[in-house]
Amino acid sequence: MTGPVEQSAVPALELQRLSVRYGSVHALSRVSATVPAGQITCVLGENGSGKSTLVAVLSGLRRHDEGQLLMTGEPVHFRSPQQARAAGIATVWQDLAVAPLLSIWRNFFLGAEPTRGVWPLRRLDVDRAREITVQAMARVGVTGLDPDQPASTLQAGARQSLAIARARHFGVRALVVDEPTAPLTVGQQTLLLQAIVAARSQGLAVLLVTNNPRYAHLVGDRFLLLAHGQVAGKLTREDVDASDLMRLMAGGEEFSALTSALTDLHSELGER
Amino acid sequence: MISDRLPTLGAAPAEMPRGRRLLTRALARPSLPALVGLLVVVAVFGVQAPELLTSGGLASVLDAAALLGIGGVAVALLLIAGQFDLSIGVLAVASSLVTALLIEQAGWDTWPALLVSFGASLLVGLVNGFLVVNTGLPSFLVTLATFLVLQGTSQAGVSALAGSVRVTGVDEAPGWAAADAVFGATVHLGDGRFRVSLLWWLGLTALASWALWRTRFGNAVFASGGARRAARQLGVPVRRTTLTLFCLTAAAGWLIGTLGLVRLDGVQVGAPGLATAVDFIVVAVIGGCLLTGGYGSAVGAAIGALLYAVARQGIALAGWDPPWFQAFLGVLLLVALLANAVVRYRLKAVPRS
Repeated sequence: MTGPVEQSAVPALELQRLSVRYGSVHALSRVSATVPAGQITCVLGENGSGKSTLVAVLSGLRRHDEGQLLMTGEPVHFRSPQQARAAGIATVWQDLAVAPLLSIWRNFFLGAEPTRGVWPLRRLDVDRAREITVQAMARVGVTGLDPDQPASTLQAGARQSLAIARARHFGVRALVVDEPTAPLTVGQQTLLLQAIVAARSQGLAVLLVTNNPRYAHLVGDRFLLLAHGQVAGKLTREDVDASDLMRLMAGGEEFSALTSALTDLHSELGER
Repeated sequence: MISDRLPTLGAAPAEMPRGRRLLTRALARPSLPALVGLLVVVAVFGVQAPELLTSGGLASVLDAAALLGIGGVAVALLLIAGQFDLSIGVLAVASSLVTALLIEQAGWDTWPALLVSFGASLLVGLVNGFLVVNTGLPSFLVTLATFLVLQGTSQAGVSALAGSVRVTGVDEAPGWAAADAVFGATVHLGDGRFRVSLLWWLGLTALASWALWRTRFGNAVFASGGARRAARQLGVPVRRTTLTLFCLTAAAGWLIGTLGLVRLDGVQVGAPGLATAVDFIVVAVIGGCLLTGGYGSAVGAAIGALLYAVARQGIALAGWDPPWFQAFLGVLLLVALLANAVVRYRLKAVPRS
């Protein structure tokens, strides 16, 4: 069991005093956290606590203003979502980022299409894209798919599958899941959690952003609590049970109280 | 072919009989209503004005369709990306005016003058695109402003510089013969005179179609119009795509202007009004482009241009009063919009989550 120890020595993703401002408003203020490989780190917080901004920074949509973002110890600065994807961080967006009128395979590769040929004649590698799409969708349990159908024809849950299959294909080092806002059925939730757990067992660093503590506790190894753009607490699975998490979500003050209490008990928590 | 197909409701497509599936596919092509319209119009005017189907009539139809189609294809791409351009028609006049004035008044050679007017057109496109991308203003209003500015400037400028609304005598400039070969060549087949603009139109339509369906740029165009937020999240260069498309419509405007300049050996600045500005959009919408973006095709715009041209020439040849064309165009547009509404309805009917 030396593997996981070495991995946790240099976390796959690390945030060091990361700040993001919109004008004079701090969306994130000096947030430090680690997202180790092979673990699921849950980010919990109310609406407006900075969760979405964190997702935006990790996926390359928004650049951070201060602090550092480290990937396996190397500072990175994503200028575009393409760069983040190229670095191996894939995101399942809250709204799933599916273009309803585009065909399934075009959606799958949108923004990162495989091409062949040199520039003036560089064209989409359509056959390969179709093939990979069908394979990747089959891996998340959607079979018998016509990749040429527009994404709007997908059955309700299959859009989640498309977003997840895409993330699994492109997320070779880290997976960021912004919990879909659309109400999920039990089956869809199972699908999403399955994908998340599968990514963990593949050794990916998983960041699950949610405001559902029960959900988080079901799969999470570590919990990062955000409130008003600041870290309100860092906990591990041993520290809390689901009802603790639920109570912590309810009141912002309780976050810091419990964190300091825990830090007294476990001194190593303070270093995180 | 790819996503220019409507969602099939109910049963999964794989379970459908093959014939029904092909029918569903055909029914869902954006260019289908235009194609049906074209067949109807050809049938009606084939009876009413049989000259339309002679080589002479065909040449006049294709000639009218070519100029409309060049603009229509460019505007179609822009519409698919969810943007509007009203300035393309007036840009055609203004850019050919720049060419003519540079040759006539400043004594330039033909090709440098063409190059400079091309650059000026691209600049207008860049300004349009830059304003739309950076201010978030609706492109309809931005390009309406550009339209007014260009219209006013070209009318006032030509009177001030040339002393009349007509600039002629460009055909003596060095290099004109070569320009005439590229933009004004004709070939006689039967009693019809077919112009090279036809080849430009077909070439551009084929190129645009290929780019739309087979390149990353095309994917970016569709995504920018149909799901801008998703496109941004996935790293599609939405801003760059929009800028490029505005430059493309500006370049199409320049091409239309240059084709006209070479044909007439001069340019006349009239008061075309907003009708010419809307023509290209009408052509693209008849061709099946959704005004809300994300759906449409280049071939559809070409068919739309053909339909438009057949109706106009047919009404003229059948000896009807020309205003009937406007009324007909209005009906056609309404039908196209209704067909588009059906598309949107069917898309909405599919569960989204």
